[in-house]
Amino acid sequence: MTKQKTHIGRRSFIKTSILSGGGIMVGFSWLASCNLTTDQVKTLPKEWFEINGFLKIGENGLVTIMSPNPEIGQNVKTSMPMLVAEELDVDWKDVSVEQAPLNTDIFQRQLAGGSNSISSSWIPLRMAGATAKFMLITAAAKKWGVSVNEITTKLGELHHKASGRKLGYGNVASSAAKIKIPKEVDLKDISDFSIIGTSRKNVDGKKIVTGQPLFGLDYKEEGMLIAMLIHPPAFGMKLKSFDASVAKQMSGIIDIFEFNNYRDGQPKGVFDYSCHTNQIAVVGKSTWEVLQAKKSVKTEWQEAGEIISEMKSFRGGTTKKTIPSGLESTLNHRKQMVEMGAKNQKVVRKDGNPEKAFKNAERILEREYTCPFLAHNTMEPMNFFADITDDFARLVGPIQTPEFIETAIADRFDLPKEKVDIMMTRMGGGFGRRLYGHFMLEAAVISKTVKSPIKLIYTREDDMTSGTYRPSYHVRYKAAVDKNNNVTAFHVRAGGVPESCLYANRFPAGAIENYLAETWTINTNITTGAFRAPRSNFIASAEQSFLDELSEFIGKDPMDFRLELFKKATNTPVGEQNDYEASRYEGVLKLIREKSDWDTKKPGVSRGLAAYFCHRSYVANVVDIVTINGKKVIDKVYCAVDCGILVNPDAAINLIEGGTVDGIGHSMYSQITFKDGTPEQDNFNSYRLIRHSESPKNIEIYFVKNNINPTGLGEPPFPPVMGALANALYKATGKRHYDQPFSVS
Amino acid sequence: MANFKLNVNGEAHNIDVNPSTPILWVLRDHLNLVGTKFGCGIAQCGACSIHLNGMAVRSCQLPVASVGNSKITTIEGLSENGDHPVQKAWIENDVPQCGYCQSGQIMQAASLLKSNPNPTDEEIESVMNGNLCRCGTYTRIKKAIKKAIKS
Repeated sequence: MTKQKTHIGRRSFIKTSILSGGGIMVGFSWLASCNLTTDQVKTLPKEWFEINGFLKIGENGLVTIMSPNPEIGQNVKTSMPMLVAEELDVDWKDVSVEQAPLNTDIFQRQLAGGSNSISSSWIPLRMAGATAKFMLITAAAKKWGVSVNEITTKLGELHHKASGRKLGYGNVASSAAKIKIPKEVDLKDISDFSIIGTSRKNVDGKKIVTGQPLFGLDYKEEGMLIAMLIHPPAFGMKLKSFDASVAKQMSGIIDIFEFNNYRDGQPKGVFDYSCHTNQIAVVGKSTWEVLQAKKSVKTEWQEAGEIISEMKSFRGGTTKKTIPSGLESTLNHRKQMVEMGAKNQKVVRKDGNPEKAFKNAERILEREYTCPFLAHNTMEPMNFFADITDDFARLVGPIQTPEFIETAIADRFDLPKEKVDIMMTRMGGGFGRRLYGHFMLEAAVISKTVKSPIKLIYTREDDMTSGTYRPSYHVRYKAAVDKNNNVTAFHVRAGGVPESCLYANRFPAGAIENYLAETWTINTNITTGAFRAPRSNFIASAEQSFLDELSEFIGKDPMDFRLELFKKATNTPVGEQNDYEASRYEGVLKLIREKSDWDTKKPGVSRGLAAYFCHRSYVANVVDIVTINGKKVIDKVYCAVDCGILVNPDAAINLIEGGTVDGIGHSMYSQITFKDGTPEQDNFNSYRLIRHSESPKNIEIYFVKNNINPTGLGEPPFPPVMGALANALYKATGKRHYDQPFSVS
Repeated sequence: MANFKLNVNGEAHNIDVNPSTPILWVLRDHLNLVGTKFGCGIAQCGACSIHLNGMAVRSCQLPVASVGNSKITTIEGLSENGDHPVQKAWIENDVPQCGYCQSGQIMQAASLLKSNPNPTDEEIESVMNGNLCRCGTYTRIKKAIKKAIKS
């Protein structure tokens, strides 16, 4: 057992009790009430006893565990409560899960991002369970007049071996709730886990397949109005004038007005840079009526020019931001990126003497790679419910960053944070899009203006054309080879619009004596943001394609070549900081070598290999392409994954299958292109997402088994498969793909 | 505005809406049946799939005025207790990630199996191609459909 100091104070418990009677529970009870099945209602306890802010136990032994983090499909609503339940020693079938509202006094890091939910809560959530268990044990010890050390727990029961007595958790819950929260608790040894490491089904599964209200778009309150937006048709433009005289007369329409998220004369907030600066709100009684009126508003737009403004960060400081003028186009971006890639740029890392090594090289391989902007395209478009009065802000909906938006809302409406209640609904996808809560501010400003609760809904077109895209990237690789076919130098020059995709300290840094990394950026007025595995979601593919071509260039097997580099990085690493563990990289490569039977030639099968590290985890892929009726088909994808201890294995497999399909889909088919500032794709008839028949026929997933605390999983399976696909396509067609999407290049 | 009598999940409903209103928004806004999802509004994603007389259609492209006496079935009415073979197979295979597209996937799959109880892999792919899943659960969806076929 490991002793852990607790951070669950009495204060947080009291705070929750007070809150349970207040406004914050409104959204909560809506979700709870509409989610209960008949069976659950029958077995509901008469009374709940709150043991700590994370869980409550009913007199009949049922346990409710709060799921603190936003659920975007990564399955944290099941796997995070599993951590609590493990240490509580409760039977999983007696557990029901409720989504917690934003409450930073109790919960830490209520955020869906960086593949960090499980890793950052690995200790705290287990401690919440262990603390509650200790309190139950203490209550039982008092009742029986025995020492706490004589009591054991199993499946929601307390046992006193010596006397043969036992009690259910429910029997002592009321007295346990009054016990002082311990300062230190013991956590289980990994070998004693009975819930962690076993597959548990999605706690919302039944509700999802029966269509119960779960998502933000499903949220509804009495008297709520519907709001939609009209935003500039192009980046770099702003509103000149509009005429809503006809639209305002249309049936069901309440109001149509221009608004800004920020207030004039005050610094803009972070989220104000994720959306257009002036928009028109159309508010009415029903979605269809608002949609019709939205089409009838006549608008005139003009070029916005350069905008220089102050941005207030979440920590309070301000920085100057410049949004350039002009109507940008993809053709121009491509030209600019190639130009930047051809020039010397800012050196971020240099090992050895790369200049000399390139000068003395026998041969040099040099290639450049690009990728387009991408829209996140969560299946549930952006939306949010807001009810903002002069003294209170209540918001319900899908958001990955409730903590940040709480600050933004409090700032915007001059409210103390205690007067801002935020409830997260299940999200119809996140992928990074819902990190940028400008849509919540929009809903709030509209609600305040029309003095009514409203639900803001984006149409698919609004969602796809309003920005926060994955940036467009470019990278140029160069490798020097001596006459013995040893790679003597490696040069990466990476950039993008508006951010660089470079990770200077990742592989192959550390594995090659002479190494040079340079970075550059081009500013833009097109808004961009984090997209599943930011930067890695391009550079993994480029790097792994280049290494594949390089291995061919020097006449080595791509697997052997990579393993040689990792051997070097393990035994005699180059440089002072390498942000990866070469041995774990080697681990996934060796596993995939074995599982995919890499060393056996398979007639008719074109294979591509890739491996990548991001978000603290390691993934290797082999993609197999075969020809069926003259068509190239992805027959199989092998995935070898090292993400440490698995919490919920089948859910992990699901996430990896999804990441694999997602990686193939985006690198193969998807892109947002621009002409004169206007996105050229605005719905799924012009924007290609992968569909059923294009998905791999089989996906086989293998895990490296170890006792490393869980590392990330939502993002790591996404980037490498793009590289494995590019390499398999080359084997299948003889053509190297340097530009994404591959189906176009 | 006009009055329409609709048969939804075996129940009669009377509603006053604009005749052009798609069934999707009638269900979601007026009948509080929000299991049918809005995804694209142009019949490209399948999230809004319902059954019209037992066959899958895209409710975002179906004006209320065109429905007449046809029987509408939504995900909420596909089975009494969520125990349609397709729903059961979905649970058994733990298909959903975010879950948003899944009611549309289920309605499409249930319609497929009704008209073709033993589809080939190619037939499954071809019929399910109209339903997007952004999380990429396609391999599980296919597994679940095959499971439902067996049962």
